[in-house]
Parts: sequence; C-alpha cells; structure tokens
Amino acid sequence: MLIYWANDVYTVTIFGHTFVRFFPEWFYNALNIPSRLAEGMAFHFLFMWFFTLNGIFYVLYTIISGEWRQLLPNRHSFKEAWLVLLHDLHIRKMAPPQDKYNAAQRIAYTAIIVMGIGSVITGLAIYKPVQFYWLCWLCGGYHLARIFHFALTIGYVLFFVIHIVQVILAGWNNFRSVVSGFEVINEQPKPVIETTNEDEQAKEG
Amino acid sequence: MYNSPAETAGITAGARQPLRRALNKTELFFRRLAFNENHLVKTYPRSMAARVIRHNSDIGSEGKLPPENWKLQVKKLSGEVLQITLDEIMALPKTEITYDFKCVEGWDQISHWAGVKFADFIEHYKLHDEVKLDYAGFETPDKQYYVGIDMPSAIHPQTLLAYQMNDVLLNGNHGQPLRLIIPVKYGIKNLKRIGTITFSNTRPRDYWAEQGYDYYSGL
Repeated sequence: MLIYWANDVYTVTIFGHTFVRFFPEWFYNALNIPSRLAEGMAFHFLFMWFFTLNGIFYVLYTIISGEWRQLLPNRHSFKEAWLVLLHDLHIRKMAPPQDKYNAAQRIAYTAIIVMGIGSVITGLAIYKPVQFYWLCWLCGGYHLARIFHFALTIGYVLFFVIHIVQVILAGWNNFRSVVSGFEVINEQPKPVIETTNEDEQAKEG
Repeated sequence: MYNSPAETAGITAGARQPLRRALNKTELFFRRLAFNENHLVKTYPRSMAARVIRHNSDIGSEGKLPPENWKLQVKKLSGEVLQITLDEIMALPKTEITYDFKCVEGWDQISHWAGVKFADFIEHYKLHDEVKLDYAGFETPDKQYYVGIDMPSAIHPQTLLAYQMNDVLLNGNHGQPLRLIIPVKYGIKNLKRIGTITFSNTRPRDYWAEQGYDYYSGL
C-alpha cells in the first residue's frame, strides 16, 4: 500500500498543464518506498514528538535568552533581504549592514519556525479531525489542512537545499564555529602608527 | 531504528518494535487527551453524497454474494451466540448518516449510509455487560478480514451497522448484507460484511494491525 503514493493527487497545475507531479513513479522507486506506508506512518508518529518538543524548546530559548532580537525581521528586512540576495548572487558588490544575521537570514529563520508551527497545527488537524474538530475548522477543513501540511514539507526541502548551499559557501571554519561556538580567524597584526622612510628623511634633512 | 528488530507477531505485527511501542503510547496519549464521545464527525446534506461509492477493497468478501442464510452472529459473554437475520436488524430504529469517509491511503469521499446505530443494537439485544469490556471484534463470515475496535469508539453515537448505501441495500462490492460504518475511524476499520461480533478485554485480531498499521486508527 502506498499513500500520497496510493492517492497521488497533488500536482502543480497551471492552466491545465501539469508542471510537477507529487510524485512520479521513479521518485518512489528511488527512495524504495512502495508498499511501506505503514512503516512510514509509524516513523512519522514517533518523530512528530521530537519535532514538536524541539521546536518548543528552541522558541523558548530564543525568547528567554533574548536571541529573538537577532532573529526577528524588522520593517526594513524585506527590502534588505532583496539586497542580500543580489549580493549573494554577486550582482551587487556591497552587502547591506547587518548585526548577527542579515535580513534574508532573519526572514528565513523566522519563517521556518512559522512553518514548523503550521506543520504541527495542520498535522494535529488531519491526525484527529474529529477530536480536534475546532482545529480542523481553523485550518480551513480537512482537505486544505492536508494540502498545507504537504506544501510545508516541500517548503522544508527548499529551505534545506538553500541552507546547505549557503553553509558550503560560508566555508569549513564557519561551519565548525556553529558546533564549537567560536571561529578563529588569522590576521596579520597592523602597526598602530605607520611611518614611511621618506617622512623620516624629510624631518632630518 | 531503521534496522530495529521486528515486533513479535501477535495481535499486532509487521512493525518494528520501537515504532510499535511509539504507536501504542501515542494512542494512549491521544485517547486520554482528546477522545470524547460527544465529538461528532461532520455531517453533510444528503445532496453532497457521492453517487458512485468508491470500491476499494474486497478482502473478506471478494465482491461475491454473502453465504446463503447469512445471519449476524453475536458471541455473548455467557457463551450464547445470537443468530440475527437481516430482517430483524432492519426492524430496529434506522439511522442515516452522510459523512466524509476517509481512507488511510489518503482519499476521502462523502457518502450516505443507513442502518442501525450500534448503540441501539446493544440496547435492543441487552448487551450491556458485553460493552463494559474494552474491545469489540468484528469478522467477516469467511474470516478473511477482521477488525478490533476500542469500546468507546464502537458505541460512539455515529457508529452504525449499515445495510444501505444511498438508500439502496448493499451489494457484493460494499459489504452486503451488513457492514460496519464507524466514522470516528479510518476506512480500514469499516469492515464490510459483518459475520461475527465478539467482545473482550484484550485486543481482538485486526487485519491491518498485523500488517504494521496503527491499531487504533482513530480520527
């Protein structure tokens, strides 16, 4: 038995032309998932706990520590994020000023939390549409909640791809600093006062 | 975890041990937190019911006709086995429902069913002692398909022993002559062609639970 696999109705279809099917046969075969619906669901219903608890602890941490000030976008962020993108694509030479995170990061790191909350809420709505009927209603009904839940997953994949690319571009030292908490940068020390030989000769002579 | 050992095959089977434990614990959590027999599934106007009800699976009936002289067997705690004919069932108070039948595969369909509420059935045949137990088991006459249902869900006000769909008696594809319609569960628990009903404190055998699915499958 399969699931989206058994009933794969989700597509991206514009004006009657289907651009993306979720998912073509080769995709399922490559991941070796045909006939593994029960197993997939069992994994899902275990890991959903960790996903949710982790999300709660993370958000609590950002609130308690004050880190949220670095993470939430402000009213300039959306324009700035566009400039960050241009800079990342090497179209713009100057990067906009930033604190710990640039505007694009602020938007991304906040969006991912909003998405996570969305997955939990729509997930509960489709998990128990009868017992949590009010939640199901809030999500726009069972069908819509399912679509949101699925679309968010695609969103995570996109986030993941961009994230990995950025991590690679930021380099090994930066990556290591996430684990160790600090980054060592080697710089040549610059003298406090610089003089040249010409000046000294002028003074003497 | 991906390679964790398979669970010992019992009433449930086919899942990995830690995953099965997780499924069972999750069931308990949500049953305690959320289950309320006053929560009803959303019902729809009769006009929204599908004309052609989706025919998905024939395990336990093979689409063929029921055995001659089919009678519903109910095993009481005393050992007595009630033998009930369709006419007797149809004489009981009739309840209709139009709701969104949901399959674990992901599809759903608004459909119309009619039959006797299991709660009314219990009342009439005085099965009050039986429903004090934890589970009700349903099996097809050929014993090829079988489900186990926790008692609170079984006696839920919307659970029906259904004999009509779209006001027409069930045919061979849809569980003729009598099927279980239990809207608070996924479709897998909506057994077609009930042969026997039993009651127990231990989980009765369940076809898809043996294939690794969650036993509870409740909505």
